[in-house]
Amino acid sequence: MEGLAIPLNHVLIVATLLFVVGLAGIMFRRNIIFILMSLEVMLNSAGLAFVAAGTAWQQADGQVIFMLILTVAAAEVSVGLGLVLQIQRRFRTLDMDQATRLNS
Amino acid sequence: MELILFYIASTVAILATVFALTRSNAAHALIYLIVSLLAVAVIFFLLGAPFAAALEVVIYAGAIMVLFVFVIMMLNLGEEGNQRERQRMHPTVWIGPSILSAVLLIEMLLVIANVDGPQTGALIGAKQVGLTLFGPYVLAVEIASMLLLAGLVGAYHVGRRFRLSEPAEAIEPRENSAENQEQA
Repeated sequence: MEGLAIPLNHVLIVATLLFVVGLAGIMFRRNIIFILMSLEVMLNSAGLAFVAAGTAWQQADGQVIFMLILTVAAAEVSVGLGLVLQIQRRFRTLDMDQATRLNS
Repeated sequence: MELILFYIASTVAILATVFALTRSNAAHALIYLIVSLLAVAVIFFLLGAPFAAALEVVIYAGAIMVLFVFVIMMLNLGEEGNQRERQRMHPTVWIGPSILSAVLLIEMLLVIANVDGPQTGALIGAKQVGLTLFGPYVLAVEIASMLLLAGLVGAYHVGRRFRLSEPAEAIEPRENSAENQEQA
């Protein structure tokens, strides 16, 4: 199946909307699990912009960069969730406003 | 005609993301986030990038979200956590960040709207992606593998049980005694 001829502007607008929702999520959520989810959304929207640009210019580079973004997201989430477990173990909360001391 | 599919998938993705980030229950939010990622995978497929669509489903919606599910199950969040999250969703909390983000969104939309961009639609299959990945980008593959190794070691190091300097309330006494026996 050939891809649809969608204007690149529209795909970029969708990616921008997703990015802004993730940005707002990072700013107003204080639960660290939701902050990690917002980071995932932002990385995903960046990947969407890369893939759309890659298909618009008929280059495979966009999908290659998307795979690298996927790698970064996987590494970030594994370390971040390890930190979540450690914070829950030490502070008995996931609230980032109560976990402000580096060395308890 | 088939363009409608793209707009439907985009609407589903954005709405599911908004719902995901405004829930108070983490498990429900995770389900919405998975829906959002699957909608983005549909967009990838429509754009003509089937390999990226498959990766999105397998790695994002599969592996990474399963990590989230495991952690939420391990944390065993109770009802009082949901209660606190619900209190946090007061308008005074989210109106400021939302306005700031909306300003950025409007700026970005103005920039995008004034550009006459090309159209998507070239089919780029897995073969072409693989040739590019292991051709000019082979160094990036090595760097990605080192990044994954660093992530593995970092997650193992961060996730293990430290012996706390204040053993007062943060750690169960049973674990404490077990660790003391190991050290003895």
